Amino acid sequence: MAFFPNGWQHYLIGGLLIGSGVSLLFALTGLIGGMSSVYSSTWSWILRTPFFQHPRLVNSRQWRLAYAAGLIIGAALWWFLLGGGARVAVELSPLRLLIGGVLVGYGARLSRGCTSGHGICGLASLNRPSLLAVCTFMLTAIVTANLLSRVASA
Amino acid sequence: MSTTSFTTGQATSTSRVPVRARGQLLAATVAGVLFGFGLSLSTMIQPRVVLDFLTLQDFGLMLVLGGAVLVTFVAYRLLPRLRTTPLLGGVFGQHESIMDRQTIIGAAIFGIGWGICGVCPGPAIAGLGAGSWELLYAIAGIALGALVQGLTTKR
Repeated sequence: MAFFPNGWQHYLIGGLLIGSGVSLLFALTGLIGGMSSVYSSTWSWILRTPFFQHPRLVNSRQWRLAYAAGLIIGAALWWFLLGGGARVAVELSPLRLLIGGVLVGYGARLSRGCTSGHGICGLASLNRPSLLAVCTFMLTAIVTANLLSRVASA
Repeated sequence: MSTTSFTTGQATSTSRVPVRARGQLLAATVAGVLFGFGLSLSTMIQPRVVLDFLTLQDFGLMLVLGGAVLVTFVAYRLLPRLRTTPLLGGVFGQHESIMDRQTIIGAAIFGIGWGICGVCPGPAIAGLGAGSWELLYAIAGIALGALVQGLTTKR
């Protein structure tokens, strides 16, 4: 099928598993598990400015880091069980990853959410600002990626 | 009533992590494992697959997002009706709902970065577990971006 040239089952099952993780966190602790906050809350161990010492960051920095460690363990488990031996290599240039990353980090924190915070937790809460945020970043991301692929192939 | 137990739990943290907080850390880790396994299985830890979605060649990301939202929607709706408190205590949180210019401007900037590198904050971390050490560049970038955002925000 043209929409899914690489099959669709692994996408759906993967998505259901991601949702199960967010749901389990909520069921056990009541916490809302977006991912971008860990990049701010971890700075609170070093930086003493009022922004980084806000209770919202300081009180969540431990579980957010544990959540992030879980991500790595989960991916390692997948690699061990289903990954087929070879590591997953990323072919993009370091500069592209770095520059893209800076904008991703700055934008997600300014917007208070990313693909998981706004995309999963926000949409699942039927949150209108999150829906607007998702539509906005989908639009700018699609435009940017298409422009870049044109430049690369020209 | 559940908030009082929460605050006492926080207050007793002298040197050792209180029992409830330890449960919280374990819960967050296990939840993260499911999340990371799902990200890997769905190949979302591969920037190329994300860029293939953004250039409209493979719509798999929509299934991933849709599946995740569906399960989470049910959990967020159902659990607070079935129980007054989460299983480990505390309170059921709510996704913060703030609508201002920063929400949209930030999302626009996030999208431009996402379109450049195909990496979101979660997959950047998860990918390390599958040996994608190149993602350390993205993590460094995201951490730097978050640092600049925090230092330039007045609040």
